[in-house]
Amino acid sequence: MLEHFDKAFENRVRLQIMAVLMANERYDFNALKELLGVTDGNLASHLKALEKVAYIEVNKAFVGRKTNTSYCASEKGKKAFAKHLETLENLIKQQKQ
Amino acid sequence: MNHEQLQSELLSIRHLMERSAKFISLSGLSGILAGCYALVGAALGYREVYGLSSKVGYRDHYVTEEAVLVKLVIIASVVLLLSIGTAIWLSARKARKQGQGIWNPASRGLLNAVGVPLVAGGLFVLVMIARGTYGLVAPACLIFYGLALVAGSQYTYRDVKGLGILQIVLGLLAACLPGYSLIFWSLGFGVLHILYGFIMYVKYERGVA
Repeated sequence: MLEHFDKAFENRVRLQIMAVLMANERYDFNALKELLGVTDGNLASHLKALEKVAYIEVNKAFVGRKTNTSYCASEKGKKAFAKHLETLENLIKQQKQ
Repeated sequence: MNHEQLQSELLSIRHLMERSAKFISLSGLSGILAGCYALVGAALGYREVYGLSSKVGYRDHYVTEEAVLVKLVIIASVVLLLSIGTAIWLSARKARKQGQGIWNPASRGLLNAVGVPLVAGGLFVLVMIARGTYGLVAPACLIFYGLALVAGSQYTYRDVKGLGILQIVLGLLAACLPGYSLIFWSLGFGVLHILYGFIMYVKYERGVA
């Protein structure tokens, strides 16, 4: 059963990032950092990993002089997340029996 | 992972999705206080227009008198500013206790959604006052405020939608029954705020605040 788990979601923070991007059209870096309570470096590395498998898309915009980086879930990422949750739910059902 | 771990993992993910998209620091207590300010304001307004010297229901003054109008606008402005100030202050306090900021994508979404109907309604009411057509001022306040709440409810607790719909209904009733504006205004901005503030306080704040 465990081999059906998505490798990209093995890490808890990555699964959390994906969950937030499922519930919101887009979310910016600082808001994610505050919501999840993680450090800059930690969040950046997990975002990179999700970007690498093309589960999320990155938008850079300028607000005044500062860059404002926001993220949104790609179609691929949305499907992967839905499948991952389904796997979890099935696992729970199986264990109940 | 065992059964309990899996289930709590799923639950925490669902909770996170909800928390990321909704502003859950909105303070019920500030609703109760806003309702109290509104009732005090309505009582002061009543005294200005109807006076205390005659029997209930008989006017001493009319809204068309400039001095009365200025006083009413001042009372309304003070109630509005106090209510907004209290809401921001208590919501910021609640957010701090929840370990969150008050400025996040959910609160920005809430402000954007609420802002459009509220500013449009506010300007419309000012135009009506400037043109001397006072009859529909209170109904317009209730209706536009209700629309703002319904629009904003998707970014916060669902209870807010019910409050918005009730405000709209009161606004429409007030429009049908001219002369009873102050009663409907007090019911909407006073009684309903206290009622919903209390419900939200009991549901979401007891134990947290």
